[in-house]
Amino acid sequence: MSVLVNKNSRVIVQGFTGSEGTFHAGQMIEYGTNVVGGVTPSKGGQKHLDRPVFDTVAQAVAATQANVSIIFVPPSFAADAIMEAADAGISVIIAITEGIPVKDMMAVKSYLQTKKGITLIGPNCPGVITPEEAKVGIMPGFVFKKGKIGIVSKSGTLTYEASDQIVKAGLGISTAIGIGGDPIIGTTTKEAVELLMNDPETEGIVMIGEIGGNLEADAANWIKADGNRKPVVGFIAGQTAPKGRRMGHAGAIIGGANDTAAAKMEIMKACGLHVVQSPADIGATMLKALKK
Amino acid sequence: MNIHEYQAKDILKQYGVAIQRGIVAHSPQEALKAARQLHEETGTNFYVVKAQIHAGGRGKGGGIKLAKSFQDVEELSKQIIGMQLVTPQTGAEGKKVHKVLIAEDAYYPGASKPKEYYISILLDRARSCNVIMASTEGGMDIEEVAEHTPEKIIKEWINPSVGLQQFQARKIAFALGVTGNAFKEMVKFIFSLYQAYIAVDATLFEINPVLKTSDDKIIAVDAKVNLDDNALYRHTALAEMRDIHEEDPLEVEATESGLNYVKLDGNVGCMVNGAGLAMATMDIIKLSGGEPANFLDVGGGANAQTVEAGFRIILKDPNVKAILINIFGGIVRCDRVANGVVEAYKKIGTINIPIIVRLQGTNAEEGAKIIDESGLKVTSAIVLKDAAARVQEALVK
Repeated sequence: MSVLVNKNSRVIVQGFTGSEGTFHAGQMIEYGTNVVGGVTPSKGGQKHLDRPVFDTVAQAVAATQANVSIIFVPPSFAADAIMEAADAGISVIIAITEGIPVKDMMAVKSYLQTKKGITLIGPNCPGVITPEEAKVGIMPGFVFKKGKIGIVSKSGTLTYEASDQIVKAGLGISTAIGIGGDPIIGTTTKEAVELLMNDPETEGIVMIGEIGGNLEADAANWIKADGNRKPVVGFIAGQTAPKGRRMGHAGAIIGGANDTAAAKMEIMKACGLHVVQSPADIGATMLKALKK
Repeated sequence: MNIHEYQAKDILKQYGVAIQRGIVAHSPQEALKAARQLHEETGTNFYVVKAQIHAGGRGKGGGIKLAKSFQDVEELSKQIIGMQLVTPQTGAEGKKVHKVLIAEDAYYPGASKPKEYYISILLDRARSCNVIMASTEGGMDIEEVAEHTPEKIIKEWINPSVGLQQFQARKIAFALGVTGNAFKEMVKFIFSLYQAYIAVDATLFEINPVLKTSDDKIIAVDAKVNLDDNALYRHTALAEMRDIHEEDPLEVEATESGLNYVKLDGNVGCMVNGAGLAMATMDIIKLSGGEPANFLDVGGGANAQTVEAGFRIILKDPNVKAILINIFGGIVRCDRVANGVVEAYKKIGTINIPIIVRLQGTNAEEGAKIIDESGLKVTSAIVLKDAAARVQEALVK
């Protein structure tokens, strides 16, 4: 098992022939991901990285039976690319693009509600990896060794850090999901945690959040209501961030008293999560939590 | 992006939202001229002199004053332009005022009593749509209203596919208790406000107060507008509204170097790749007994050039007593980053504060070796816990 992506995933790359798309598609192929082709409008019929290029996602799906798409399209065209993938029947859409306007994402979310069975991950995220099966993202593959811990995170490099600690603690990763740091994202912390909670291969979950919004509190409340079936180690970045300043990610901004790191960590603790004050303690805390 | 009140009102006016009229002035002479023009155009005999800075609570700090004559306008402008205005939102050092808005008096007596309301439009992250918030408690801090009398806040969520509907605007106007001509004006006000919000890709419109005048007009007396930075590429005229006087000079410089930097008040500088890890590194500094001096995300591809630019900006902050560099090498290899650090260090010359470089990920050992053998006053670390300990040691020394 594992969630979202695995060795059977048939992946296409939107923005295939651009520099980002080319580089990361190359890395994904090298990792062993089953990349079956790509889409760049008006470049259909060509070959790129030894894979077919299509004009539209619909053509790509018809020719390759792709079920996963990863998007490297520039921010001004990215919302359109997500909707095209949804329209073509792609079931897992992973949007890496950073900098999509909020209004565009509102339209995307509204559009996706008219479709069934589609999971959007991101945007502004590192992607999803199921070690030794499929890397559909921009993360360094070697950091993620196969194992039993799932990761849900709003951040890229902090996910790599967490995975590195988990792997060095001798545990390994089932699936790591980078959900993204924007104010509007496709899959929420709670939804990603739920996937891992229901995955028989995952025995523990690392949940990494940031200041801003209430996704982590929602997830924590759900975890408790669901009966704390698996240990969850939680960390919220931005304990020292000032109010009202945007910290790199578009969504990382403290709006009121309820979306500070302290407030979120309080709720997570109250819901039975293993909350770490220092991001250096994620691996050791998971090891301890599993032994209980 | 934040903009000034006068700029926000220009936007509102463009989309048919009624505003308290005014003219911006950069000097007492300009202020006087503005008052004369305003008198001619609107017939107003009183004028409000309003400091233009990017912070709320200006009235409390003495940045908004009523002038009852042209002479008053000149005198008050002289006082306000150039002052260091301290408000509950500026911090203790305040913000220098470079310009004032000379506005008409909207609280003139008439058939009915003037009444203030609160209206804002903002993104509701949880529902992925915009929400209009309104309250009869105009002029008050909305967070306080929310805390003490939440029942006085009206919320109306907007479906992004169809936009604001007439019935919703009516619902808000009825809930605010306005009647007669003021009701019609209020519906129109809310409608145009929403059109403006959508057209300019805003993430916040806060009109506090919205004023019902004594002759039943509905106007925006103040306006706070935040624009979506990610959408500025399609609004070049709005992008030009950026006022770098309102930003920290180091932050302006960082932006020019393509770095994401936020200045803070602490004593330990940091340079990190990735926003989440950067925030986490700030937290580690605090847990190690220091206070973060900044947020700095150098992005995915940390190289000698970005590291040097980062160094230079951090070193310009006189409060910095130590620097922690925390790079997780994924696609970018640690040995490359280490070489970049050494190269940047040598280029800058002597740096008299301790530097801790934590490199983890691809070729971490090689990276640490390069740092250790460089002969520079730089300490290396691989494990995050060790980096925290090194910061602690540096602060004790």
